[in-house]
Amino acid sequence: MATVETDARTVETTGETTPVDLAWLAEQIPYRFYQECIHCGFCLPTCPTYVLTGDENDSPRGRIYLMKSVADGRLAVGPEIRKHLEFCLDCRACETACPSGVKYARLVEPFKIELIRKTPPGKGFGTLQKVVLHHLLPYSNRVRASLLPVRLLQKIGLMNPLRKSGLFKLLPSTLRNMEATVPTLQPASNLPEVLPAIGPRRARVGILLGCVTDVMTPQTNSATARVLRRNGCEVVVPRAQTCCGAIHYHSGAEAPALAMARQNMEAFDFENLDAIVVNAAGCGAMFKSYDHVLPPEERERAARFVAKVKDVSEFLMELGPIPPDNPLPLKVTYHDACHLRHGQQVYDQPRRLLEMIPGLELVPLAESELCCGAAGTYNLTEPEAAHRLGRRKAGNVEATGAAVVASGNIGCTLQIGRHIREAGLNVEVVHPVDLLDRAYEGGS
Amino acid sequence: MVRLRPILMECEAMPTTAADASLIAELTELLGEEGVIHRHDERVVFECDGYVIDKAMPDVVAFPTSTEQVAAVVKLCNRRGVPFVPRGAGTSLAAGTLLPEGGVMINLTRMNRVLEIDVRDRYAVVEPGLINVWLTEALAGTGLHYAPDPSSQVACTIGGNVATNAGGPHTLKYGVTTNHVRGVELVTTEGEVVWIGGLVADQPGYDLAGLLVGHEGTFGVVTKIVVGLSRNPEAGRTLLAVFQTIDDSVSAVSDIVAAGIVPAAVEMIDNLMIRAVEEAYHFGFPLDAEAVLIIEIDGIEAALDREARAITEIVQARDGRIDRNIAWRTRKEPEYKSIWKSRKSAFGAIGRVSPTFCTQDGVVPRTALPQILRYMGEASKRYGLRIANVFHAGDGNIHPIILFDEKDADQVKRALEASRDILAECIRLGGSVSGEHGIGAEKIAMMPLLFSPDDLAAMAALHEALNPGGLCSPHKKIPMGGHCVEQVAPGRHAPA
Ligand SMILES: Cc1cc2nc3c(=O)[nH]c(=O)nc-3n(C[C@H](O)[C@H](O)[C@H](O)COP(=O)(O)OP(=O)(O)OC[C@H]3O[C@@H](n4cnc5c(N)ncnc54)[C@H](O)[C@@H]3O)c2cc1C
Ligand code: SF4
Ligand code: SF4
Repeated sequence: MATVETDARTVETTGETTPVDLAWLAEQIPYRFYQECIHCGFCLPTCPTYVLTGDENDSPRGRIYLMKSVADGRLAVGPEIRKHLEFCLDCRACETACPSGVKYARLVEPFKIELIRKTPPGKGFGTLQKVVLHHLLPYSNRVRASLLPVRLLQKIGLMNPLRKSGLFKLLPSTLRNMEATVPTLQPASNLPEVLPAIGPRRARVGILLGCVTDVMTPQTNSATARVLRRNGCEVVVPRAQTCCGAIHYHSGAEAPALAMARQNMEAFDFENLDAIVVNAAGCGAMFKSYDHVLPPEERERAARFVAKVKDVSEFLMELGPIPPDNPLPLKVTYHDACHLRHGQQVYDQPRRLLEMIPGLELVPLAESELCCGAAGTYNLTEPEAAHRLGRRKAGNVEATGAAVVASGNIGCTLQIGRHIREAGLNVEVVHPVDLLDRAYEGGS
Repeated sequence: MVRLRPILMECEAMPTTAADASLIAELTELLGEEGVIHRHDERVVFECDGYVIDKAMPDVVAFPTSTEQVAAVVKLCNRRGVPFVPRGAGTSLAAGTLLPEGGVMINLTRMNRVLEIDVRDRYAVVEPGLINVWLTEALAGTGLHYAPDPSSQVACTIGGNVATNAGGPHTLKYGVTTNHVRGVELVTTEGEVVWIGGLVADQPGYDLAGLLVGHEGTFGVVTKIVVGLSRNPEAGRTLLAVFQTIDDSVSAVSDIVAAGIVPAAVEMIDNLMIRAVEEAYHFGFPLDAEAVLIIEIDGIEAALDREARAITEIVQARDGRIDRNIAWRTRKEPEYKSIWKSRKSAFGAIGRVSPTFCTQDGVVPRTALPQILRYMGEASKRYGLRIANVFHAGDGNIHPIILFDEKDADQVKRALEASRDILAECIRLGGSVSGEHGIGAEKIAMMPLLFSPDDLAAMAALHEALNPGGLCSPHKKIPMGGHCVEQVAPGRHAPA
């Protein structure tokens, strides 16, 4: 048992504590953010981790209580607190549920960053996370090569033994030096830099390709560009754009994340664009947070950038979408990606777009708002819980009898796709714009 | 080890408990590692529920997954003389899940299945940890629903509802929890498993199931519940009536009932609350209204418009107007969902206006609503504190929310005094100090104001018969002599 001195009193914790920097946390988190939680419990049943364990410690209300206790100097961050905070998916379902307007992500993110920063190298998930997240994901041309083995290892349950064996340590040494540089993406979707509008021009928009999307589902990027053009948009694909920085930011590497934010704000000539269109919910949510993750002196400019950022469905509905002509006689269901539903409060727009497609039957998905377990890097860090959520999602999809499940986030697409395959289901997983594109281009 | 004790004056020696290693070991043997929380850092979050003023950490938190496990835990506690308390979602507004001297908290969140739905005989058998609204969701497509709908229904459990006899906006027409519970499986305070009541309603003999509803966890742990289900109404109208004065609004409530109309719900929201709710949900409540009523009627479509007209006339006679008239059939209509979401989450929205506030849960005869609201207006002036109101007007169940700054000791004191004054006035007007949130540990000191010593003695005798030794949920509901809880800070939260 370790005893930690705090300003107020001596608290006892059970095990090794993580020495978090309370002053830094206090700078990041205004105290009123904690007080906004009135402890009503409304968020509990919407939280995927609470639904799994039924333990208040795994609920939003509980985690806020823990964080507040840490901020108050009442608790040190022992292994239990760490476990419960890391178990959080960062899906932000609790924000949607909260009547008091608690900004949960603004509380938990600095904590998670601080926890990862204070993890001694080679401990816990640190190594693996740093390898996969910092070194591989943002460089999209390496993603395909690197992600697959990790996913495979995970699937056959070898990840833990491998990590323990120290084999993984070989990887970072070869890739370590890359962290400092911010790379430029070479789009796999091979889109030219400017694509003209089809028909009269109604808007000029930039699109973000996204590292994982562009490698795993480049067709979705092409579809996004075509659908926008069909709706009268001139589409700009800035060459200098880079990873949104979400994965870095959420795993504690604040500096590279901010460098990426700055580079993107440069790359998109946003003052001269009507919108910056994003088709991956996780990236969209990160883009929209640039105005509070950057230091105060840069926030005003960032706010102007953020004002232009739109999820593709959000943008199309604001623009007034042109209905597609070709029927798609398909039974489709829609999964609410957390970073769209909860992170950006976009839920109606993708459904309206799908309903616009002639012949398409949109059927409701039970628990459509429950996280599928992808949640950023969660399936790497909490494989067991991610599995359970993934299986649950696949089961709900199966129950709808739909032939296609649409979701607005690449992470969800990969996670749901995998669990659908594992369940032996014959269901296609797509982005809503993939379906729209088919309906514009001639059906299938 | 730091344990925050509630503000408790010890009038005589109390038994002490210690979660010694052997208790933890025995619990772990019963429930497995997964089912027991005993480390300090993980117990902290269980030190309070929806009521956050008084806090006490349990020594151990147990997560049983079956009736047998609950019974085994209760027997173990009895054998070792350790106090225990059941807990559902922890939305209690009366410190119902507090264990003032520590002990074992029995958390029922992992017993949350719907065991059976019988559409023809209109009942469902559920486990206690089932979330209220999940039952209604499970009934989708059957044409039935579970009527008691506390504002907290998205989070609270049916076990907790049974224990507190929860009410809600639709209580006015459909009754409170007790009207919908046919039977329960109970693990008695000594660990025996018994069935009380059954699948059919209104059995002969004493209404023992009725006795159990509202026991606030003092008669044992409820492990299964047979609830009656209600048929969905064919259609309904939800009216938003806008008034220039609070007096007019609550007078209109009595007028409506006096005219022989039985609305499904009548909810009042005053100006301060309207503004907070509007900021949170943008429903479109008129910001200049002094008060609004949400009046719902339901039943056979053919009769609804006539009833709505009658209500409109009553509202107009009180210088009010109908701002919306939402016609619905499925309760899934966006505008319907939006107005009720605004209402049911109203309490949470007050956090946007003031981080600290306290609320009370009082009842007055419906016709005394104008008096009590006037009294509150005066109290607000007298104490120099803002008071917001949102409540189940049809039942005369008020929930004044007093806003104050917790850093200002004088304001805290004034808020507490204002709360007490208002509750005392409720009693004076022929009402009571708890409409639906229960007595818990919070209001136990008010019981002598409400009941004569003889009444209290009778209740204590019942308590002693069903909870001999008092290990189950100590210091709750009924003052058992010995201890008196003194409140030094106002209850901060407590919605309607
Ligand atoms: C925002 C908000 C709005 C609310 N609105 C309403 C409202 O409109 N109407 C209303 O009536 N209440 C309301 N409440 C109060 C609260 O939600 C109810 O009292 C609810 O019934 C508590 O359920 P729970 O599952 O959270 O129980 P808990 O808070 O966990 O426990 C409440 C009490 O029940 C006991 N208990 C729990 N489970 C069992 C069991 N299985 N067996 C025996 N005893 C048990 C506990 O010991 C405790 O005494 C509101 C609360 C909040 C925070
Ligand atoms: S819903 Fe919001 S205010 Fe209520 S407990 Fe959860 S985070 Fe706190
Ligand atoms: S972000 Fe998601 S997992 Fe984390 S507390 Fe909120 S609802 Fe739960």
